[in-house]
Amino acid sequence: MISFEKPSPPSDDRRWKLVDRTMRQYGYAPDAVIQVLHTVQETFGFLDIDAMNYVAASLRVPLSQVYGVATFYHFFTLKPQGEHTCVVCTGTACYIKGAQDLLDAVEEVTGAKPGETSVDGKVSVLTARCLGACGLAAAAVYDGEIAAKVTPDAIKKQVHEWTDIVEEAAGSPPQGIPTTPPEGPAPQNPIIEGVTAE
Amino acid sequence: MTHDELAEIRKAEQERKQKYKHKINVCMASGCLSLRSDLVKEAITKEVDKECLADSVLVSKVGCVGLCSQGPIVVLETKGEVREGITPEDAEAIIKSLGAEHDGGNSNELVDGVVLRLDSKFFTRQKKIVMEHSGLIDPDRIEDYIAVGGYESVLDVLTEMSPAEVIDQVTRSGLRGRGGAGYPTGLKWSTVAKAFSSSGEKFIICNADEGDPGAYMDRSILESNPHQVIEGMIIGAFAVGASKGFVYVRAEYPLAIERLKIALKQAEKFGFLGHNIGGTTFSFTVELRYGAGAFVTGEETALIASVGGQRGLPQQRPPYPAERGLFGRPTLINNVETLANIPPIIRNGGDWFAKIGTEKSKGTKVFSLVGKINNVGLVEVPLGMPLREVIYDLGGGIPDGRTFKAVQTGGPSGGCIPAEHLDLPVDFESLQQAGSIMGSGGMIVMDDASCMVDVAKYFMGFCKSESCGKCIPCRVGTVQMHAILERITDGTATMEDLGLLENLCGLAKNASICGLGQSAPNPVLSTLRYFRDEYRAHIEERRCPAGVCKFKNAGKDVYEEDLEVRDETGTSS
Ligand SMILES: Cc1cc2nc3c(=O)[nH]c(=O)nc-3n(C[C@H](O)[C@H](O)[C@H](O)COP(=O)(O)O)c2cc1C
Ligand code: SF4
Ligand code: SF4
Ligand code: FES
Repeated sequence: MISFEKPSPPSDDRRWKLVDRTMRQYGYAPDAVIQVLHTVQETFGFLDIDAMNYVAASLRVPLSQVYGVATFYHFFTLKPQGEHTCVVCTGTACYIKGAQDLLDAVEEVTGAKPGETSVDGKVSVLTARCLGACGLAAAAVYDGEIAAKVTPDAIKKQVHEWTDIVEEAAGSPPQGIPTTPPEGPAPQNPIIEGVTAE
Repeated sequence: MTHDELAEIRKAEQERKQKYKHKINVCMASGCLSLRSDLVKEAITKEVDKECLADSVLVSKVGCVGLCSQGPIVVLETKGEVREGITPEDAEAIIKSLGAEHDGGNSNELVDGVVLRLDSKFFTRQKKIVMEHSGLIDPDRIEDYIAVGGYESVLDVLTEMSPAEVIDQVTRSGLRGRGGAGYPTGLKWSTVAKAFSSSGEKFIICNADEGDPGAYMDRSILESNPHQVIEGMIIGAFAVGASKGFVYVRAEYPLAIERLKIALKQAEKFGFLGHNIGGTTFSFTVELRYGAGAFVTGEETALIASVGGQRGLPQQRPPYPAERGLFGRPTLINNVETLANIPPIIRNGGDWFAKIGTEKSKGTKVFSLVGKINNVGLVEVPLGMPLREVIYDLGGGIPDGRTFKAVQTGGPSGGCIPAEHLDLPVDFESLQQAGSIMGSGGMIVMDDASCMVDVAKYFMGFCKSESCGKCIPCRVGTVQMHAILERITDGTATMEDLGLLENLCGLAKNASICGLGQSAPNPVLSTLRYFRDEYRAHIEERRCPAGVCKFKNAGKDVYEEDLEVRDETGTSS
């Protein structure tokens, strides 16, 4: 067997240690690509080309496979997100209870459509295909925390706490900057750090 | 762990619980938790300490009670009461009420509108097998599950039964897969058991991807009692000869993941996972794998690709996963709810299970009632219960004085059932006859303010964006079908479009590789079957009978313009 030397991380950022830990946990198995990408995104907020290269080299899979996985799944994003994220659930239950009105409300305040970040870089707007919180439709996730029975006014209020874009622009807010393809759930994915169970 | 040791833990735990005079359960499944039921529990615990009642009142964290939209939910188990919409400020009143005498009178009466009795219709009309302990035990304590008889089936199976006997019980039960297709579980198990593996390795995968929008029973099961699913997996692994299991769970369900992790650790510590389980030669481990937000990865072959770290693209079948699955080995794939049914089946026998339900659809099914219905939440009923009872007796009917129009079952693969079929018994066959399917059990109730064309468009939009793109009938077909539905709701369609739509439906249904494309037309076909006049109203009168569609482009012939532009530049093909 050809000996294999594990590549060193793209930078001396200590956070790569977390990524290394996940890879070690799975014994650097090629089938752990998705698990490792979850950790990268959890740690750095998004997947850039350096990260993908590093993961590919460490797990000994082609970069094309890592890139293919990163772009196939809605959960992964290749661009950095805004400081805050606002995910609106567009599952059936939420759709019936007015998810579109929520998205319109957010756009009214931030100028950002799903998949975009407000021009001040404060708020990324995303949609999710179903949070499994149908009992509480319409649902949204603010910075990783589920909010129940959201109304357009409530969501506007929340977004206003993060950005004061409307005051700046006087009138309709400027267009957002595209970040990820729409239909991606929150990048804050509390898999590694425990969630608020207790 | 032996039978005796298990019995000891069970006895000790039961005795511990009996010491308490009162038991207060606070729902901490994701629904109630997002309404901050954690603060409610904190407040109640504080109140108990303040009143020095810690020796007589047990406050526990439990899983879903089923009344998710009315949360936070608190169950006063000893008093037989369920309270909805509890805030931390109510803690004092709740503790006070424990002292009050039980009225014993009219048990269905609601006091103050916040109290529902455990013996009210909502609970008594249900039959709980999968959710039996949900809302009653703490999902993070294996002892709680052991106290209600948990893990006994595993030991029984390992020490007293042969794999063939286990499969026989499952076959006799008549259990059918709860993940959508309703394939007989016993048959699937025996296929995997018989399959030859050159390395001797076989796998079992628990499908917890639950991509169906409008369905959240798998999430709730995992959050309320993960041990029951793990127990089902161990039994399944023993029956088919698998040495390793995977739970493929959506990353969108962080709480379910966290509770699964805890449960797996505990099961390992108690010796139900790992080497030589129960002192036998059987060894089995379980690993978690996270989904990453793609509906199609719920499909078996795509799921296998995804567990292997690839893009979730479905494969042509055969070979079936039962013969050649994960890493090329025979693989058993079962849904969360299917596996959760296994321990009770082993405990009570296959014949017991077969007595519940209908001729061809045995047992119970968990449904998530969502949309325009009063009791938005989860119910578990015997199969064959008429739709009307589910929606009116358990669901509490339609809110705001509106009328029932249709119920959508089976998600994007299913269809709509109109009011005239309300007396339909809910089972695999009757739903299919009515042009829908059971699917994973989501029921989206719609009232007269819902537009059926819009609903069909919603589901087609879903399939369009979730199509993996591997085959053309699905990749291109869903886009075109969605575009036609868009034109219909825009007011720019012609009756010719409707014919084209039906044509495309047939094409996608017959020529797609996997279930996504094959079933994508179902919501359209079923609404066309029952609500054709709504389509006609949109096209011929440019009118949305429900007042939902805005007809933004009515009369503008946007579509034609589009074509002309392309013709001029000479780039159209
Ligand atoms: C597009 C598509 C999505 C699916 N999604 C799921 C799912 O989310 N959960 C699930 O258990 N089964 C899903 N299935 C069904 C599975 O392929 C498979 O039939 C099931 O997991 C088998 O388990 P069972 O026999 O216990 O039902 C899906 C099927 C298709 C075609
Ligand atoms: S030709 Fe286009 S659609 Fe077909 S496989 Fe290649 S990239 Fe995909
Ligand atoms: S039917 Fe659709 S989802 Fe299934 S393989 Fe074909 S393109 Fe992919
Ligand atoms: S989440 Fe609390 S009752 Fe379902």
